[in-house]
Amino acid sequence: MPREFVLETHGLTKTFRGFTAVDQVDLQITEGHIHALIGPNGAGKTTVFNLLTKFLPPTRGEILYRGKPITHMKANQIARLGLVRSFQISAVFAHMTVLENVRVALQRKLGTSFHFWKSERSLAALDERARELLAQVGLERDADSLTVELPYGRKRALELATTLALEPTVMLLDEPTQGMGAEDVDRVVALIREAAKGRTVLMVEHNLSVVSRLCDRITVLARGAVLAEGDYASVSADPRVREAYMGSEATEEEEA
Amino acid sequence: MAMSDTSTVTAARQRSARRRHGLLYLGLILLGLVAPFVAYPVFLMKILCFALFASAFNLLLGFAGLLSFGHAAFLATGAYITGFLLSTYPGLTPELGILAGTLGSVVLGLLFGLLAIRRQGIYFAMITLALAQMMFFLFIQSPFTGGEDGLHGVPRGELFGLFSLQSNLALYYFVFAVFVLGFALIQRTVHSPFGQVLKAIRENEPRAVSLGYDTDTYKLVAFVISAGLAGLAGATKTLVFQLASLGDAHWHMSGEVILMTLLGGVGTLLGPLVGSSLVIGLQHQLSQSPLGDWVSVILGSIFVLCVLSFRSGIIGELQKLVKRNFK
Repeated sequence: MPREFVLETHGLTKTFRGFTAVDQVDLQITEGHIHALIGPNGAGKTTVFNLLTKFLPPTRGEILYRGKPITHMKANQIARLGLVRSFQISAVFAHMTVLENVRVALQRKLGTSFHFWKSERSLAALDERARELLAQVGLERDADSLTVELPYGRKRALELATTLALEPTVMLLDEPTQGMGAEDVDRVVALIREAAKGRTVLMVEHNLSVVSRLCDRITVLARGAVLAEGDYASVSADPRVREAYMGSEATEEEEA
Repeated sequence: MAMSDTSTVTAARQRSARRRHGLLYLGLILLGLVAPFVAYPVFLMKILCFALFASAFNLLLGFAGLLSFGHAAFLATGAYITGFLLSTYPGLTPELGILAGTLGSVVLGLLFGLLAIRRQGIYFAMITLALAQMMFFLFIQSPFTGGEDGLHGVPRGELFGLFSLQSNLALYYFVFAVFVLGFALIQRTVHSPFGQVLKAIRENEPRAVSLGYDTDTYKLVAFVISAGLAGLAGATKTLVFQLASLGDAHWHMSGEVILMTLLGGVGTLLGPLVGSSLVIGLQHQLSQSPLGDWVSVILGSIFVLCVLSFRSGIIGELQKLVKRNFK
């Protein structure tokens, strides 16, 4: 059987002091897909992300990457395998330049990251590749700015460039369009579509129009468990999903 | 085309910044070379030792984001080991004594670090404080430290067995060389591939993990370098005052180094140098004036003022001023 699933979970469960945040979740992410994880607030989407990337240890269950168990690896080892995550709140290195942000992701491969006696000028060899990546997300003119000075949408674009620098096989994006205006959302959707070529993307997303435009497959979580799975048309037609998810969407819009 | 333009502009700007820094450091070295003819060398040596101590501390707080509240332990370990060895073995040359003291602090730093590095923020500070307090009681109880009396009359000896360090002027140049080497190591560490990762960890540790870095190991290496340099400062200080005492190990000392660093500007390379000069200078001036008993109160007030009104410290505020007006 060909290994078509790049990432799988079996009975993934996380309990916090008796509260079950993630309950027996079985996920199958197909190689090359853009796969969305949606669900109402508190459904356990971000917890699933944290479990997959080992930022939290699972209580029970198994995680497989290309058929091999990775349940007991450390977070940084998961990243080295090629599963790279982003965060809900833009995760950039604020007091480094935009170029340095990308370079710090590139430099691990040089194998000199523990060399405290070497000049940082030895990293200049990576500048060209870093600028290429920045150009991919339209940030080439910001390369020398201090990251803290960038507007929010550009920080998210930078985060994407930094993630791409690792050439991940699976990108895990946690609400990539959260807190953005319509214009930035379109830009990020285009960027994700571009970046997803030749890789697999798993994303948590609230914005259903983004999901419908981008995603090949959707898993709906509610109260920590999988409620439905399928493509956008079948999921959005599912009455249980409409009840659990669309029902609560009205309240979310009120919050926003 | 546009891209290569910006990159050449950046390169030019970086070159000129490097030239400016080079000139600044050259000026400071010249200042250091003539200083003992203007001011009392022992006083200057005290400043240099504490500046090195504060710079080592700043490497950790300013560039790795780790607040250690136990750095006195490393200063004292360097001081006691060097003091004990030089007093006990008259044939030992001072540079070997200092080397042994520094290595002692490196080993202690590794032990502390292995125990503390997994904890974050205030827990990290508390564990380092607790470990340093344990060292304090160890130093009181151990016979080799001279207990409450400390070690007196540590011989300065002859550098490499050739140059006598008896005269304050000769010793000054030795201490100055030690300081410059220690400071250069810190400067290099900050501006190295390792320093880049350290900054990334300081800025956003979960993100650094998600980029594949084993952040605990990086923090541990930084901690050990910092501990070793603090030990080097302590060892050198023993040579200057020919004395190693409990004062070095007291938690006051851990607090004082925080004060020096914050006052001068945390996360700036020159900040600890300025901060320690200010604190030592004030202590020196005040101890000779009728206000002598008020040293702690005055330093405390300055500290409060600093935290309230110029939070990035003297050098930090100066940098902001330059940035606002000349860029």
